[in-house]
Amino acid sequence: MAKEEKPKIKLAVYWGAACGGCCVSVLDVHEKLFDVVAAADLVFWPIALDIKYKDVEAMPDGHIDVTLFNGAVRNSENEHLAKLLRQKTKVLVAYGSCAHMGGIPGLANFTTKDELFKRIYDETESTVNPDKIRPQPEHEVPEGKLKLPEFYNDVRTLDQVVDVDYYLPGCPPQTERLVEVFMAIVSGAELPPKGSVVGALDKAQCDECKRKKSDNKLIKKFYRPWEIQDDGETCFLEQGVICMGPATRGGCGVRCIEGNAPCRGCYGPPPDVPDPGAKMMSAIATMIDADDEEEIAKIVAQIDDPAGTFYRFSLPGSMLRRKLT
Amino acid sequence: MSFEPTIVSFLCNWCSYTGADLAGTSRIKYASNVRIIRVMCSGRIEPTFVIKAFTEGADGVLICGCHPGDCHYHEGNYKCLRRYHLLQKYIQQLGIEKDRLRLEWISASEGKQFAELIDDMTETVRGLGPSKVKEVMTTYT
Repeated sequence: MAKEEKPKIKLAVYWGAACGGCCVSVLDVHEKLFDVVAAADLVFWPIALDIKYKDVEAMPDGHIDVTLFNGAVRNSENEHLAKLLRQKTKVLVAYGSCAHMGGIPGLANFTTKDELFKRIYDETESTVNPDKIRPQPEHEVPEGKLKLPEFYNDVRTLDQVVDVDYYLPGCPPQTERLVEVFMAIVSGAELPPKGSVVGALDKAQCDECKRKKSDNKLIKKFYRPWEIQDDGETCFLEQGVICMGPATRGGCGVRCIEGNAPCRGCYGPPPDVPDPGAKMMSAIATMIDADDEEEIAKIVAQIDDPAGTFYRFSLPGSMLRRKLT
Repeated sequence: MSFEPTIVSFLCNWCSYTGADLAGTSRIKYASNVRIIRVMCSGRIEPTFVIKAFTEGADGVLICGCHPGDCHYHEGNYKCLRRYHLLQKYIQQLGIEKDRLRLEWISASEGKQFAELIDDMTETVRGLGPSKVKEVMTTYT
């Protein structure tokens, strides 16, 4: 008698406003891919498989077991697919920093659609556009009507558009964490409560970081990473280099710091922190070694871009999610 | 009717809240636009509190603590001062006018100064008009 096979789970991977790094991180499972393929059928994955949107539309609701949605929601196409995949999926995972908190594309919330278009279609050094042509969502040609997705003013996180079951943070998420989470789902292990951040720790980066730390962090001068010779072993903050470690969830294996680069915060805030940048500002300010108002102002002035530094991966998902206009 | 701003103010328990109390017990009149939240120390005021006040509709945020050197916990007000400078830079990057956030030192005996401060800040914020933060943060475009 043939061995009864456990039904394979149906897996989908989709990218919204993303760089493609998250999809590559899925490919980075290397030979573990055989374990993944043994347990799952990939039913939709634009970067790797030729399956059309209409094929997804034809699936019954809840047909897909797990969707890894990476990338932010930037235009109407991203939003349509987010809603479509939500409808077709049992467990929707916001995969990577962009889907989780907006990520690098989210930095566009420091500007507006109009300013972006002006820069891109009129002003860049390589632009030649004397007729000031701008992309239109619809255009009539003899063959019929051509459509482009509508570009939104705001970059949105996935959970600002649809209900999200889990978050797997990182830019990109560490592939080992993905395999762990995937195997947990396949094995039928009890899943954490809905809305949990999975594949990451509950403690901050500093907890995992092996650099030498003292209890008394005092900063007289902030340095950009290229302005200082890092000694390779002392806490970056104690050397005056901004490191997002104190306000960032661990779980990545402190790879940036092990590679002698300070943490930039891609894993997002630890549990119960509504706003990672605000927490980081709180921590950094405490370390400033001055009591005199003028001196404090001088030291703070050395932080060129607090909003961009402390919200590098999290602007759309933070409390002040865009610039006022 | 003219615009009546809402100002959320965080006052430290030991100096500024007592100063505000003195303004009250001395029956000094001042603008009713301020909503006072007592915290144990100005060093307790996290940037998150200030940001949350703005996102929930405050037109201005006022932080008051003990004068430098007078903090009940020795250095909480210095920590507050450092956070304030960083926060100022941050909110201006996001397009919030700097006069919507203010830090002042009010001692327990400065009831009159507290009343004048509230009147002054109310007028400043009234001049700036309603804050757009809440509307912008809740409307996706």
